[in-house]
Amino acid sequence: MLRFYGTEIGSRLMLGTAQYPSPRVLADAFRRSGAGIATVSVRRESGGERAGTAFWDLVRELGVRVLPNTAGCHSVKEAVTTAHMARELFETPWIKLEVIGHTDTLQPDPFGLVEAARILCEDGFQVFPYTTEDVVLADRLLAAGCEVLMPWGAPIGTGLGLTNVYGLRTLRAQFPDVPLVVDAGLGLPSQAARAMEMGYDAVLLNTAVAKAGDPAAMAEAFAKAVEAGRLAYESDPMEPRDMAAPSTPVIGKAFLE
Amino acid sequence: MTGVRVIGAGVAGLTVATELMSRGRDVTIIDRAPRPGPHGCSWWAGGMLAPFCEGETAEEPVVRLGMEAADWWERQGVILSRHGTLVIALDRDRRELDRFARRTSGHEFLDREGIAAVEPDLEGRFDRALMFRDEAHLDPRAALRHLHERLGALGATFIAGEASPDGPAVDCRGLAARDVLPDLRGVKGEMAIVHAPDVRLTRPVRLLHPRFPLYVVPRANGQFMIGATQIESCDRRVRVRSVLELLSALYALHPAFGEAELVEIGVDARPAFPDNLPRLRRRGETICVNGLFRHGFLLAPAMARMTADLICDGKIPEVMDEDHS
Repeated sequence: MLRFYGTEIGSRLMLGTAQYPSPRVLADAFRRSGAGIATVSVRRESGGERAGTAFWDLVRELGVRVLPNTAGCHSVKEAVTTAHMARELFETPWIKLEVIGHTDTLQPDPFGLVEAARILCEDGFQVFPYTTEDVVLADRLLAAGCEVLMPWGAPIGTGLGLTNVYGLRTLRAQFPDVPLVVDAGLGLPSQAARAMEMGYDAVLLNTAVAKAGDPAAMAEAFAKAVEAGRLAYESDPMEPRDMAAPSTPVIGKAFLE
Repeated sequence: MTGVRVIGAGVAGLTVATELMSRGRDVTIIDRAPRPGPHGCSWWAGGMLAPFCEGETAEEPVVRLGMEAADWWERQGVILSRHGTLVIALDRDRRELDRFARRTSGHEFLDREGIAAVEPDLEGRFDRALMFRDEAHLDPRAALRHLHERLGALGATFIAGEASPDGPAVDCRGLAARDVLPDLRGVKGEMAIVHAPDVRLTRPVRLLHPRFPLYVVPRANGQFMIGATQIESCDRRVRVRSVLELLSALYALHPAFGEAELVEIGVDARPAFPDNLPRLRRRGETICVNGLFRHGFLLAPAMARMTADLICDGKIPEVMDEDHS
């Protein structure tokens, strides 16, 4: 059973809650996907005085675990403040840590990320850092106290899939016992299946479902892909080989014509 | 009820009152501030009557019911521009245009020449655009004032004050009706008005952008309404970031907007139900008309028609639900 910080996780699909046509469509997508974790952006929707309460109540009604995030934070201080706000609002030590380093590509700031992760871990948070596939950075995040890593597949919202398969494979091989979640950049279920076949523990996505013409159907498609990919990984797939190998022997077969 | 109490003098209340008057009912409109003004959400609206474009994300009833809007407003004597909507995308987001086209109807593609022909000021800036010819726009503030004055002239009574949301009445209070509609939520929208006499646009232009979608609606006297953010919050404070996003997108649409004068920045929270669809809901003797979301001027006419059908003819409208709580 997959565990994040000791909590058993039933579904290997995690979904974001932004950009859906309506909260009802969001709820339908969660129902059909069976996703067990919902990420929620705290910063943008907050506006002080709990003004986003109505939407957060709708998210809570989904009956899934909430993973609040620090989306849109560009500095360590901002991210840490937002994390504290999230802990208070959602009464959870979980925080998806985003420290954006580049406005256009929304690429994580590796230096700020490590610093913010250290501060938050020391403060009792259970940090899910949104990171790149860099193994050195991964090492530093683990040293800072993170027990889950969330490397990107591609920049947020691009739907480009796994742009550095080699890097992701290396990361998986280097940290076989750390729960790894491919977060961001997935556009199609086949890309999610690929991440799962490579041994990733889960995937997290938002735009690919929220911006699909039929978000609920796409959510189900991702759920099936994640399940298929995981099953394939657990089945120890064959290694590709250059030599054709017929599955039925040819020698000794009767020739009838 | 022969005389009808309408609570709320925003776009929903005024359209309901107008429709009821036209069917021979006496109407009393009660609002803390019955004159149209910045206290009401409708004041900040874009005024686009764009059912086809809204079909990109909205569900089918919005498109269908929204198709009644332009004719209704014109029948009331409101000045309307029926020049359609132009939808464009920046070069690197050009595939957004294909996605938008797939999910909407009632449009045609324009090439560079086509764009120059309909909006000369955008000549050479975009290779392709989508034109929705059967859409329209109005100035929401002028429209509200017009309905308000006309209702007064026809003998409707306006009362400034608080009204009990119970008893026989039509409750059109928007987000204020959360006290009786617990599933209503606020969706914040920020907008701005700029004065740009150097730019001429004949019709609303929508800029598709994956992060900062924008629309620009031409108003009289060289002014343009630009909008709008859509944030899950009932907060009513304008954020610097939101304004930055709106203005950056505006500048990307045409650099001449860089010289525009910033006339006004506004914000309010739109009332919405969880499916972002409008509803009539019966609560005892009260009929609530609410949840118009970002479609106030687009859907108010259909909602008003259905409210009047219910009150005058007992006809149960399609967007009706009953509150059994």
